[in-house]
Amino acid sequence: MAEFLVKNGFVYDPVLGINGDMVDVAVRNGKMVDASDVGTNATVIDAKGMTVMAAGVDIHAHIAGPKVNVGRNFRPEDKLFNATPGKGVMRMGGGHSVPTVLRTAYTYAKMGYGFALEAAMPPLLARHTHEEMRDTPIIDEGALPVFGNNWFVLEYLKNNEIENTAAYIAWLLRMTKGFGIKNVNPGGTEAWGWGLNCETIHDVVPYFDITPAQIIKGLIEANEYLGLPHCMHMHGNSLGQPGNYGITLETLKLAEGYKPKGDFGRDQVLHNTHLQFHSYGGESYTSKGFASASKEIMNYVNSVDNITFDTGIVTLDETTTMTADGPFEHHLSHMNNLKWVNSDVELETAAGIVPFIYGKNTFIAVAQWAVGVELALMAKDPMRCFITTDAPNAGPLYRYPRVWKWLMSLKARDALLEDAKYGDKVRNACYIGELDKEISLYELAMMTRAGCAKALGLSHMFGSLKPGLEGDVVVYPYNPETADDPELIEQAFGNAHTLIKGGEQIVKDGEIVSNGNKRTFWVNCKTNENAQVQHDISEKFKKYYTVTENNYGVSAHHYTPNPYVIEVDATK
Amino acid sequence: MSKIVTDVVCPFCGTLCDDLEVSLSDDGKEILEVYNACAIGAAKFLHAQASDRITRPRRRQEDGTWKDISYDEAVDYTAKMFAESKKPLMYGWSSTNCEAQGVGSELGEVVGAVMDNTATVCHGSTLIAVQDVGVPGCTLGEIKNRADRVVFWGCNPAHAHPRHMSRYSIFPRGFFTGKGAKSRKMVVVDPRCTDTAKTADIHLQLEQGRDYELLSAIRVAFRGEKLPDVVAGIPKEKIYEVADTLKEGRFSVIFFGMGVTHSLGKNHNIDIAIAVTRDLNDYTKAAIMPMRGHYNVTGSGQVWGWQFGFPFCVDLTRGFARYNPGETSANDLLMRDEVDSFFSLGSDPGAHFPNESVKKIANLPSVCIDPHITPTTAVCKVHVPVAFVGIEVGGCAYRMDNVPIETRKVVDPPEGMLTDEEFLKKVLDRVREIKEA
Ligand code: SF4
Ligand SMILES: [Zn+2]
Repeated sequence: MAEFLVKNGFVYDPVLGINGDMVDVAVRNGKMVDASDVGTNATVIDAKGMTVMAAGVDIHAHIAGPKVNVGRNFRPEDKLFNATPGKGVMRMGGGHSVPTVLRTAYTYAKMGYGFALEAAMPPLLARHTHEEMRDTPIIDEGALPVFGNNWFVLEYLKNNEIENTAAYIAWLLRMTKGFGIKNVNPGGTEAWGWGLNCETIHDVVPYFDITPAQIIKGLIEANEYLGLPHCMHMHGNSLGQPGNYGITLETLKLAEGYKPKGDFGRDQVLHNTHLQFHSYGGESYTSKGFASASKEIMNYVNSVDNITFDTGIVTLDETTTMTADGPFEHHLSHMNNLKWVNSDVELETAAGIVPFIYGKNTFIAVAQWAVGVELALMAKDPMRCFITTDAPNAGPLYRYPRVWKWLMSLKARDALLEDAKYGDKVRNACYIGELDKEISLYELAMMTRAGCAKALGLSHMFGSLKPGLEGDVVVYPYNPETADDPELIEQAFGNAHTLIKGGEQIVKDGEIVSNGNKRTFWVNCKTNENAQVQHDISEKFKKYYTVTENNYGVSAHHYTPNPYVIEVDATK
Repeated sequence: MSKIVTDVVCPFCGTLCDDLEVSLSDDGKEILEVYNACAIGAAKFLHAQASDRITRPRRRQEDGTWKDISYDEAVDYTAKMFAESKKPLMYGWSSTNCEAQGVGSELGEVVGAVMDNTATVCHGSTLIAVQDVGVPGCTLGEIKNRADRVVFWGCNPAHAHPRHMSRYSIFPRGFFTGKGAKSRKMVVVDPRCTDTAKTADIHLQLEQGRDYELLSAIRVAFRGEKLPDVVAGIPKEKIYEVADTLKEGRFSVIFFGMGVTHSLGKNHNIDIAIAVTRDLNDYTKAAIMPMRGHYNVTGSGQVWGWQFGFPFCVDLTRGFARYNPGETSANDLLMRDEVDSFFSLGSDPGAHFPNESVKKIANLPSVCIDPHITPTTAVCKVHVPVAFVGIEVGGCAYRMDNVPIETRKVVDPPEGMLTDEEFLKKVLDRVREIKEA
């Protein structure tokens, strides 16, 4: 297999404590090795005047699966004027906020990413998510099945049966080839089956007689009972509602007292995704009624050590929102009166999809932008704060480099607020005006790879250039010593000079030259035999599902032809 | 003792029943009996066994008779046809698995084809309506477990989707619908007195082609506004009654079929049917679902969605994907003489397209991939029989509610026969060879 030696670059690797030093980086047989361990015929990549990091790791994006494909198929306008023909090894691509799977892969490659986690997989439709991931080249992917409204989970947790919940979760991860536990609007999406919602963590779920708080605590406990690589991945109740930060604080506090278990090296028991949407003060979306509550939230997050989060920063684009939070999307469609798709899934979950325009000349969109940016700037521990746009909910995937620009440059933020019609009002309602922090490249490496890999339980593979890890290296054409224009950040980080993934060169001189060797990650968790759970599964399939139990599981052959299976033993 | 294969998936209609049991001869080679399927589903399995089945490709001679050719020759003919065409039309894609659809997409991209599926003569208008206004939907299990108001509008499941009512929509006892059919009110809207209509609690026998008016009137009734005495042939009292029935349900669902998608108004009928469903969600919970016909027409739209971004009428001829039904739809292209070769797989346009289009096909270089002899094979230059998906080869299919199910292989295909996917892969390889030469 090929050997690579990346020379003369400014290297940023927080795991190794390398902060912009010029060190050589080497890959052999698909793995990182000491620079002295590659031979003389290694391909030398001259990274002089450029930035070198481990490949990026995305902890939360909606890039494959049923609701993503709804977004594509019901929005022909999203492809207008942006289709690209195939070229070399690349196939044709299209789509702005919801790109085709090919374009998703190329976008990630050009941004220097090697791994991405699809954030919500409806178990019954898992095959669909896997078909799309299989057809997405280059990047490694995994997907989180959703659990927070699943009838088994609701019934077990109502009686606080953690062991049964855990056994069921392990079974479902095997059946769906899933990566971990996603929890979206716990209880609220089941209530949505009747057109209702759970707006606080204490609202009782109709019929099931359990509260979101019980579901959240129960799923944390089940996750740690199993010792999964990743923790419970949380999208809380009342997303997007002004004044919701109190509910968010209550949600986060449910994690108090829990410690991570297992062998995967993470420190957190709860990951709160797209925290921006959950950090609102005030009581309305108007400039008079809205307030950022990022400080309140971050004061708490900074004070504990068992919580991680990603930002979900608004990019001020036209985009497509999509979430398993069915009642939220219904609500959103009533606010903007655009087309609305809803898709409830028997016994398990739901999804809603609505196009959305975050207008730069509206107060609220820019205020939302500010809230997300504030969270990242206020984070004391960059190893627990990850930069996302909850793509495409707060903004399209390809905007990551623009978000990095805002975080790395006060000048860029000021320019945006200057330009925005209600910039001053946003400064008044939010904390953005008080913050002059600029994220360093060292911090960026934590917030986009090292920290994410650790939180996913994958720090033994990704996030660093340490010998023994996967041979995933990116070179960005960015010179930290000379670059002074913030636009260079956006330009450079969206156009990697080189990407090596799994020891294979994917991007060469800015061009995609290989479709790589894509793998699907899933977690095979062994548990003790559990007759009760087996019985319950059979009963539910006989009575309530519309597919048979034998037709539920995702087979390897068609759906995950190149799997990477993480074994977990929870039998002890 | 015969062998029984369980959990078999029926590769016929969009109901995609997955509870079939098939008994095989001792040697596992012959299908003896099919249990749980409806008559059409069972017939599909048993027909696969027909003794006069064509098992090798055939090419039409000058004099109109068929001559057997090898698969390699068929691959070569197909690849050359594509290579020599400026604008090939690749049509069908609904009675095959997603694996074949995937390879077909790549082939279409390489040869610069227009790709269209059977939605173009079926639920294409639905797809357009969804692009206009979205769609509140759900999986069929939600209907089974929750729905207490079920509307069939312009569709006749008793004949077209025979097990739909017993598996999902009317008769099953679900979690919140323990009394089965007794927990549900059934409304049928159809100008004909169909067998489905005969079992309904309420049959609105509207005037042909007046669906838009009636749907509009229901929206008026929801709002408690005034209606004329009669709309679309239905007295206003009846309309208020149906509107109230739907509003008072805990979960209402509208299933609709070709009676609305292809009668006067087309996609506008679906727009407003969706608007009715949106309205209902302000009072209760409601969903709407197209009764998709072929067992995997839904999957075809999904595969093209993630590969190209559009569910049908995908024009790849310019090197990137374009979509413009009316311009890039199969029949419009054929009738306007805009395509110079024709490829059919997983459908029977010879039977379903207007005569005018079929005549055009007959004059083009053409290949038809189909296990059966069909009206399409009758007008094509080369006929390539293949293994039956869901019987002789497995693979993924999407039910009408977008639930993907992996179909099963029950028996081997006749010796030496290729599958859709295998044949397409060979053509793709051959096309690449020709292009590189
Ligand atoms: S209803 Fe449709 S899928 Fe079910 S057995 Fe009959 S033909 Fe097959
Ligand atoms: Zn998300």
